[in-house]
Amino acid sequence: MSALRVLVVDDEPPIRRLLRTSFGAQGYQVTEAEDGATALAELKRGATDLVVLDLGLPDMDGFAVIESVRGSGSAVPIVVLSSRDDEAGKVRALDLGADDYVTKPFSVDELMARVRAALRHRLQAQGTPPLFRSGDLTVDLVRRIVTSRGAEVKLSPREYDLLRLLVLHAGKVLTHKFAMREVWGAATDVQYLRVYIRSLRQKIEADPERPVHIQTEQGVGYRLRVQD
Amino acid sequence: MEGRGRLKVFLGAAPGVGKTYEMLMQGRQRRLDGVDAVIGVVETHGRVETDLLTKSFEKIPKRRLPYKGHVLAEMDLDAILQRKPKLVLVDELAHTNAPGSRHPKRHMDVEEILSAGIDVYTTLNVQHLESLNDVVARITGVRVRETVPDSILDRADDVELIDLTPEDLIQRLKEGKVYVPEQAERAIGSYFMPGNLTALRELALRRTAQRVDAQMVDYMRAHAIQGPWEASERVLVCISERPSAASLVRYGRRLADRLRASWTAIYVETSRAQRLSEDERDRVAAALRLAEQLGGQAVTVPATATADGVIDYAHANNFTHIVVASQQRSRWWEMLRSSAAHEVIRRAGDVSVHVVPDRQTEEVTEERDSPRPNAVPTRRLDPVAYGSSAAMVAGALLVGLALQRTLGLSDVALVFLTAVLASAVTYGLWPALFAALISVLAYNFFFLPPLYTFTIADPANVLALITYAIIAVIASNLTASVRAQATVARQRAKMTEDLYLFARKLAGVIQLDDLLWATAHQIAQMLHLRVVLLLPEGESVEVRAGFPPEDLLDDADLAAAKWTWQHAQAAGRGADTLPGAKRLFLPMKTGRGTVGVIGLDKDEPGPLLSPDQRRLLDALSDQAALAIERINLVGDVDRTRLAVETERLRNALLTSISHDLRTPLASILGSATSLMTYRKSLDEKAQDELIGMIKNEAERLNRFIANLLDMTRLESGAVQPKSEAVDISDVVGSALQRAATVLEQRKVDLEIATDLPMAQADPVLVEQVLFNLLDNAAKYTPPSATVRITARGDAGRIVLQVLDDGAGLPEDARERIFDKFYRVKAGDTQRAGTGLGLAIGRGFVEAMGGTITAGNRQDRSGAVFTITLPALEPVAKELQA
Repeated sequence: MSALRVLVVDDEPPIRRLLRTSFGAQGYQVTEAEDGATALAELKRGATDLVVLDLGLPDMDGFAVIESVRGSGSAVPIVVLSSRDDEAGKVRALDLGADDYVTKPFSVDELMARVRAALRHRLQAQGTPPLFRSGDLTVDLVRRIVTSRGAEVKLSPREYDLLRLLVLHAGKVLTHKFAMREVWGAATDVQYLRVYIRSLRQKIEADPERPVHIQTEQGVGYRLRVQD
Repeated sequence: MEGRGRLKVFLGAAPGVGKTYEMLMQGRQRRLDGVDAVIGVVETHGRVETDLLTKSFEKIPKRRLPYKGHVLAEMDLDAILQRKPKLVLVDELAHTNAPGSRHPKRHMDVEEILSAGIDVYTTLNVQHLESLNDVVARITGVRVRETVPDSILDRADDVELIDLTPEDLIQRLKEGKVYVPEQAERAIGSYFMPGNLTALRELALRRTAQRVDAQMVDYMRAHAIQGPWEASERVLVCISERPSAASLVRYGRRLADRLRASWTAIYVETSRAQRLSEDERDRVAAALRLAEQLGGQAVTVPATATADGVIDYAHANNFTHIVVASQQRSRWWEMLRSSAAHEVIRRAGDVSVHVVPDRQTEEVTEERDSPRPNAVPTRRLDPVAYGSSAAMVAGALLVGLALQRTLGLSDVALVFLTAVLASAVTYGLWPALFAALISVLAYNFFFLPPLYTFTIADPANVLALITYAIIAVIASNLTASVRAQATVARQRAKMTEDLYLFARKLAGVIQLDDLLWATAHQIAQMLHLRVVLLLPEGESVEVRAGFPPEDLLDDADLAAAKWTWQHAQAAGRGADTLPGAKRLFLPMKTGRGTVGVIGLDKDEPGPLLSPDQRRLLDALSDQAALAIERINLVGDVDRTRLAVETERLRNALLTSISHDLRTPLASILGSATSLMTYRKSLDEKAQDELIGMIKNEAERLNRFIANLLDMTRLESGAVQPKSEAVDISDVVGSALQRAATVLEQRKVDLEIATDLPMAQADPVLVEQVLFNLLDNAAKYTPPSATVRITARGDAGRIVLQVLDDGAGLPEDARERIFDKFYRVKAGDTQRAGTGLGLAIGRGFVEAMGGTITAGNRQDRSGAVFTITLPALEPVAKELQA
């Protein structure tokens, strides 16, 4: 299998150089674009496996790029680079169809983890493996059995639905809106979601106050961490 | 005066002496000398020589004002001010401007031009001088209504008399060289009689000589030249409500001029003042104003009798002359009641008394400047008073009838007298006189034989009835005047008390708006007027309070208010400037300047304020002005303090940025260069250490910048917290995860109540606050420390605490640590903080409706930070379904 091709879209040369080096070291093939128009032209060629996209571009903003990509029917994974205080921007990018985000300044290992999760999800999209295993947590999606620290855990139907959603998108951040729509069928009060997350944590986490599986992205959503 | 233009007046005895010509000649000479002289307004009336002279000047075009279908041309004041020549020629100083002009009189325009630093040449006939107005009218039989205050002439830098002998003038008149306005043509014959002209000429010469004299005296005084200086004379002019008041004031002014004395017009307010008609009040007010215009002082004093007030005031203030009007009264009246003039003469002592005949007739021909359409009568027939008085007499009648068998006729008269006195005490003079009249009739009808007729049989009874009538009238008169006195005294006491209360109220007010409101309310209440208060706002003024509340002024009012503010003089309704405005605007002054403007109006036409009310207003306005100034000064002090504080913060910020940005950068740069240069000689452990240093210091730098950003967002008001359900254990978890690097190996104990309700807050901000607290704990504790986080619910609040086991906070720092850039002095071994984390924490928490406080632990050493946040009512229904 040939190397995966990553398109890096950022107007800052130092960031592009950093990403080129880092991705190169991981065996990815890197293409660069310094603005939105170049990026869209590159994507039209259809040879891109993943996009790392900065939200602030000189010619158009990153949201427009995401909209344009998704509007053209492309499902190419997109990982967004965003600034720290912009929770609303992160949520918007995710709702528009971005797969995940990393906050600038970021560490390379964090970025690589996001990229791997996004790629894995795309690859699995056709067929999800029936058994999810991460650390001391296993979820059998066929038999609907959840075990934590070797013991089976009893979940209510809603709790199971929520966990199943997290497993299906393991490693990726799920926005509140997305999670609520998938589990409740409509966007309800975020308070419900928080209550269910808390009770899930009490059942599957060794220390619910310091969760290792379900992690909170404050102001954005939740993420099921994938441990090896 | 520095910056003020010089005024030269070309004074003439009569029209046609050549003032305008002379002015133009001198103006031309100045032009030839290179002075920028222009013509503001010159009426040549078609005289050829004069016309030719004006040709060499630049003329400021006149302003055209539409007025009742005509177009009137007036001197364009604004154009002159804008053109700003060195010298402007303004003909006919006494001219009255067209309605709608800024000032009603041209001499006011000139005043403004002078204030702008422009020199003025102007012309004036002596008959237009205010103080000579009467005299001229008497000499010539023609009263001139266009007058200018004498003070203009007094303040003029130069006065040049344009003199022409009467013969020459009459000659010129015959040659048609004198312009006479059409309306005066009928008077022309009598006016230009040689006798009249001689008298006018003498007046003009004397007035000029007086001025020269005054200049000489000033000069001698200024240069300390010994002279036969008399002890300074002072003239007191007693005015009354009679029509002669104005000419009395003018007489006083002339007397004072001759004596080189200062002078004062006095009005003594007795109980009679209550009963004056509106016209009489106006005359008093006008006379007092006239006195002020003519350069005198005006005072009103209360007293039981006019003579008392005058004599007491004169003695107390060392007046040397008193001017009173004599009254034309019959000898009988003189015998009954001594007139005020006589009383003053009798008690004057050392003071000279000038008795001036009361010349009412001369004033009859004088037209009123503005006839007042519907003057409100002050005294109305009060049916209740008269009805009650009649009832009292009826009561007395019943008592008299009941007791007439036991009482004599004279005793019955006493019973009636009681009723008359009761009426006088209760309702005043007129109802009492009415009671006296009907009681005389009743007495006659019911008690004096033949009974039940109005005829009297016994002559002795006639005498008794007359005696009774006289006693009744005198008694009612005396009683009523006592009552009126008491009323005046009560009103004065009330006024004094109101003023005192107002002063006390103002002293307690801290907020400017409260003060303005209180002032507007007080003035409106005491003077029964509508009031607006305006304070400066940039170049102009703006309504800040009103009673009844009002915040919009029309353009005319606003212009008048602005003018008042800029010139510290009255403008608007009834004033000399912009009289077309709806309101009267008065400056609020203190010793340091004008602080604001008061606007007044009422629905009824006519003068807004009696002199008394004007004085009361002045008292109120002075108090309010001082209070406004006090608050402004406090504001200034606060602003200064704020500026100092801002300065301190700016310095702290610069120090912080230079230190907190440079330190991590120094480590990063040092580590990176060290790796580049010495990588080969460094072992793997040393390399890892340098790389770790770069990472940690970059993270620290990132935190610092994040803090600066948060602070900026807070201060610019960009922090708009969301209000949603926040699971505290969730936030604690994510904060701990973020803080893992800064906490290093410090242990963290969690104690979160299992039944903890959710908080109503912004999760991102709560996490940031918690992170800052953990960061802070890490800075001030050794790596072996334990940090405790507890959370519990308490009466609708979430109480979240972060406790450490370090040295705790110095007692005086418990509040200050929340200040920006404040840092507790840490030991050498510990990293100093940015001084922003806690300030941001407080900002965020308070933005979410919570509180944050700092203290020391009770159980052991260590600091404790306590956050409270509002708890959320759970939407429990469907949960755990």
